[in-house]
Amino acid sequence: MFQFQRIKQGRTGVAMFRMFGILMAALIGIASANPAHAVLKINITQGNVDPMPVAIVDFVGGTTQESEIGANIASVIGANLGRSGLFRPLDKRSFIERTIQPNAAPRFGDWRIISASALITGQTTFESDGKLKVEFRLWDVFAEQQMVGLQFFTTPENWRRVAHLVSDAIYQRLTGESGYFDTRIVYIAESGSKGRRVKRLAIMDQDGANPSFLTDGRDLVLTPRFSPTNQEITYLSYFTGIPRVYLFNIESGKQEVVGDFPGMTFAPRFSPDGSSIIMSLARGGNSDIYTMDLRTRQVERLTSVSAIDTSPSFSPDGQRITFNSDRGGTSQIYVMDASGGGIQRITFGKGRYATPVWSPRGDLIAFTRQYQGRFFIGVIRPDGSGERILTEGYHAEGPSWSPNGRVVLFFRETPSVDDTGRGFTTTLWSVDLTGYNERRVATPGDGSDPAWSPLIR
Amino acid sequence: MSHSDFSWKLAGLGVIMLALSACASSTASTTGPTGPVPGSVEDLVVNVGDRVFFDFDQYNLKPSSQATLERQAAWLATYSGVTLTVEGHADERGTREYNLALGARRANAVKDYLVSLGVDPSRVTTISYGKERPAELGSNEAAWAANRRGVSVVTSGAVPSS
Repeated sequence: MFQFQRIKQGRTGVAMFRMFGILMAALIGIASANPAHAVLKINITQGNVDPMPVAIVDFVGGTTQESEIGANIASVIGANLGRSGLFRPLDKRSFIERTIQPNAAPRFGDWRIISASALITGQTTFESDGKLKVEFRLWDVFAEQQMVGLQFFTTPENWRRVAHLVSDAIYQRLTGESGYFDTRIVYIAESGSKGRRVKRLAIMDQDGANPSFLTDGRDLVLTPRFSPTNQEITYLSYFTGIPRVYLFNIESGKQEVVGDFPGMTFAPRFSPDGSSIIMSLARGGNSDIYTMDLRTRQVERLTSVSAIDTSPSFSPDGQRITFNSDRGGTSQIYVMDASGGGIQRITFGKGRYATPVWSPRGDLIAFTRQYQGRFFIGVIRPDGSGERILTEGYHAEGPSWSPNGRVVLFFRETPSVDDTGRGFTTTLWSVDLTGYNERRVATPGDGSDPAWSPLIR
Repeated sequence: MSHSDFSWKLAGLGVIMLALSACASSTASTTGPTGPVPGSVEDLVVNVGDRVFFDFDQYNLKPSSQATLERQAAWLATYSGVTLTVEGHADERGTREYNLALGARRANAVKDYLVSLGVDPSRVTTISYGKERPAELGSNEAAWAANRRGVSVVTSGAVPSS
């Protein structure tokens, strides 16, 4: 027998913070007489886990408009959780208890019957000032306990972001790791035939919603990457006809060239603190790695051998750099100190290795490998051990990590089927660190060079 | 055969010989009786050869490429007002960033060889397009070989073509 206490409307917990116009607060739990600790947890370190069955009830609304937003939020949460491969949202038609009043406890027995392990309920309300209030609770069906309760206050247009924040809270509570749903993907939107490809800087939410173009396609643009700290992107543009590294401010739409170098600059990434750019500069045909402090404009050269040194990426602590180089004959992956010293080769497998990207968790480096006419996306430890291939194909290139280091984005090209380039496509994909759950990431047209944003703050 | 007819034939023969020596450029000699205007962009493309080709992941100049560049250097000596950009390209079987670096290397290899043959370095700039601008659109060995190239593109000073 269980008793439940109604929460006091509007009461908030201690942890209250504001992000991009969204106020989030903890909900006081609905007290349960059941003293057992919640045990619901997903182990995400193993591949091919049985996805956890979750029931997501449409968030309750008093008016039609509130109900509509509530249903939309539930649907976005369900799509997020389902795409992660760790959860299996249950068909709403199987629900016995159709709506749950927000401040009452669910009838857990009804949810056990349909084998829901976790239950997600919520409420959407328009406040008198026009603000949208969203409350949500995550329940452990078997322990009969609330695991998370949160409320959000925001403008109604922000409902999607609230759904992503809720998804992240659920993911975090059930996996023990931070989520990646309140994020965006920047990529190169491609259109036109293979011989007249138009490439535009584009951005969208991680679920493909709100796609927009940031550049008009007049100039060739490539390899965008997010700043870890600002609403900024660094990328390569042929603006002025000369390939150079630029910064693009997402909010102002302004772009500026990074430094004044006597040659092509390319392969840019931010340092983990966002204060500098690491990139390659080609001088006299030779590519070396440089950093430029964005504030002082001070430039430092890190490599200086006669070889291709490119695709540099910092470790998350900023102490080390991985890059690829053909100094040993063919392109392989190396690791060095942030000062450029202590260079060590870490790949010794067959084929060519390129585009190393350090995981935000620091434990792995993702790469592209080419061998016998195939392309592979894999991961390897920074000491060169534990190489593992996640996926392969005719072409697969350019891994980019989710902010929690569990998922890798990359792109695929398909071969032309004739001499006019027909059949050539570029598409975005994601795959789990385990190598399971490979999925197409939908884009409005063709896409390449995806890069994941950090969690939006 | 009249005299004028004969000289016409000779001129035509000269054009054909030039086109043959530029065998690396696969352009057929559909150049008409007089061929491209000497010193024009077409002259470079058709009679001299505007491009050289590289092996997979290589940037060394093969003997046939050196021969093409020797003709380019001679042409540039004749038309001393011409400036060039050498475009370095890669095939689609590599990663984007590495191919940009490889394209830069190839463009520079072409420039260095032209300069070694006496071309003033200030007349030649380089640019890499990596795998972004394929000349052939197929996905096969022949297309990839044609795309691994350095192309000399006239930026100024050529004789107008007509």
